[in-house]
Amino acid sequence: MSSSETAAAHDARALWWAMKRDNWRRMWYRFTRNPLSVVGLVIVLVTGLAAIFADYIAPYPEHAGAFVDFGNAMKPPGGQYLLGTDPVGRDVLSRIIYGYRFSFGMAIVVIALAAPPGVILGLVAGYYRGTRIDSIIMRITDIFLAVPPLVLAMAITAVLTANVFNAMMAVTLMWWPWYTRLVYGLASSLRNEFYVQAAEVMGASKFHILFREILPNCISSILTKMTLDMGFVIIIGSSLSFVGLGAQPPTPDLGTMVADGAKYMPDQWWLTTFPALAIVTVVLGFNLLGDGLRDVLTVEEQ
Amino acid sequence: MSQPLLEVRDLSAGYRVYKGFLRVLDGVSLTVRRGEKIGLVGESGCGKTTTMRAILGVLPSNGRVTGGQVLFEGRDLRQASPRELQRLRGRKLTAIFQNPGAALNPVFTVGQQLDAVLRAHHPGMPARERRQRAIEALASVRLPDPERLLNNYPVQLSGGMKQRVCIALALLSDADLIIADEPGTALDVTIEDQVMRLFMRLVEERQSATIFITHSLGVVRQWMDRVYVMYAGSIVEAAPTQELFRNPLHPYTQALLKAVPKLTGGGIPKGIEGRVPDYAHPPAGCRFHPRCPFYSPDRCPARPALVDVGNDHLVACYQY
Repeated sequence: MSSSETAAAHDARALWWAMKRDNWRRMWYRFTRNPLSVVGLVIVLVTGLAAIFADYIAPYPEHAGAFVDFGNAMKPPGGQYLLGTDPVGRDVLSRIIYGYRFSFGMAIVVIALAAPPGVILGLVAGYYRGTRIDSIIMRITDIFLAVPPLVLAMAITAVLTANVFNAMMAVTLMWWPWYTRLVYGLASSLRNEFYVQAAEVMGASKFHILFREILPNCISSILTKMTLDMGFVIIIGSSLSFVGLGAQPPTPDLGTMVADGAKYMPDQWWLTTFPALAIVTVVLGFNLLGDGLRDVLTVEEQ
Repeated sequence: MSQPLLEVRDLSAGYRVYKGFLRVLDGVSLTVRRGEKIGLVGESGCGKTTTMRAILGVLPSNGRVTGGQVLFEGRDLRQASPRELQRLRGRKLTAIFQNPGAALNPVFTVGQQLDAVLRAHHPGMPARERRQRAIEALASVRLPDPERLLNNYPVQLSGGMKQRVCIALALLSDADLIIADEPGTALDVTIEDQVMRLFMRLVEERQSATIFITHSLGVVRQWMDRVYVMYAGSIVEAAPTQELFRNPLHPYTQALLKAVPKLTGGGIPKGIEGRVPDYAHPPAGCRFHPRCPFYSPDRCPARPALVDVGNDHLVACYQY
């Protein structure tokens, strides 16, 4: 008896896995139908892995910090230094790789801090659309949305000390309202769905309805937005660094590198061009990946 | 047993729209006893679904109950706090919605949704038993290959299958009163018959009750104990099923029965002249009078009340 029960449970598990695998395979198939999505995924994976394993991948890991080698300063790209060296002789490629680590880290922290409160506020406001709760949450959101993120981030970091932590806090502060706005729109239409009403009729709690019925239906949009936002936050972070309000030297940051290299244009063009290209590439990668995810996930919902 | 399970008294409700306030329900009264199967029939737009939603307290955000009482086991649901209502729903009363596809959450598998109901109603039931119950529930509504179905998402099912999953969900909750809004519409005739048979057997076994909203007079005649005929937001006739079909009294009921095509020939019936009135400007007096063949201004001065004509037969018409 018990052995047949175990066998039945085993079969059930196997069936579950088979069907799960089937779903994933179908999603992957849809994703790969668009070559650009795959390009985006490859860019994100390559840059992401490079950022994680920078210590092993960068040709000169020690060049990430305050390293000086005037003998090899301002070497043009090629040979020993693939993308050339900067005015104090540091390898540009190594610094770009470490710059990615910084940019990714910042983007992940900002989004991880901004998304959850933004999503929760949006869910609540959307579900209680038309009530006072809705008005209060959404008017506060509107106020934040009315301020350009970069300008406010600059103001905050300028008033406080210009450092990485403050830059991240400032960007986070500017970022959550976009999630509130997104989820607000979704939740306020989803709450009229029959399955939400059916859950209400079956005696589900508000918590269950918000987080078990409505939120799972917003996940694909949130995920897509988070992916696209990775690129935007990297741009904002680099912009702050570019004007000197973000990462401070000698921390390798793509924005700082572009700014520092600009002094030497056009003769030592590689100092600005390669970090700038690095930013463009990774932002493009995240945008393509985000679009690809959106295609897959929205089709999946239909 | 003497106290009815559900007693609706003079329930009025409506919707706020651009034209103003639509008084859709105008004094609906009905009584449901334990073990009773109630059919609620009427044309589209008669307020059947609004009645269901008003009873359950889930009108859309522009809807409002304006008067009357909904007594469930003697307690007025309109006075109940949202918390009490939430506790009653699912445990004591539940519903099957009209649109089968939309009542299932698209991002969860059928199994997850059945499991959520079981977990809510039977805390402490082991996972294996819940799974077994879910499979049984799916099998009981004649769904093929229930084990496989547990892993399917609603999009992967046909309309009829989704409808049967919804019925299974409602049956799992062990509610005393199930209000079903045209659950048969997406099913083909043979499946509908099987599901109805099962549904009715469960109602009888558990001594629960159902209000069955439908267009299908055939289903009503075959399965229901008592029929309420609704027209333009109020009950115009109520009687035990046999009595109603043998002796329809209200002109609207008579027209409704005549409008059913018969397999035995006689051509295609004409249907009922006219249409359900505009709720923003309902006809004065009897709401049926513009379509009524018996109407005369002297005989029908105001709104007729429901009167008992014997045999537990109630009708709202000045002819009686």
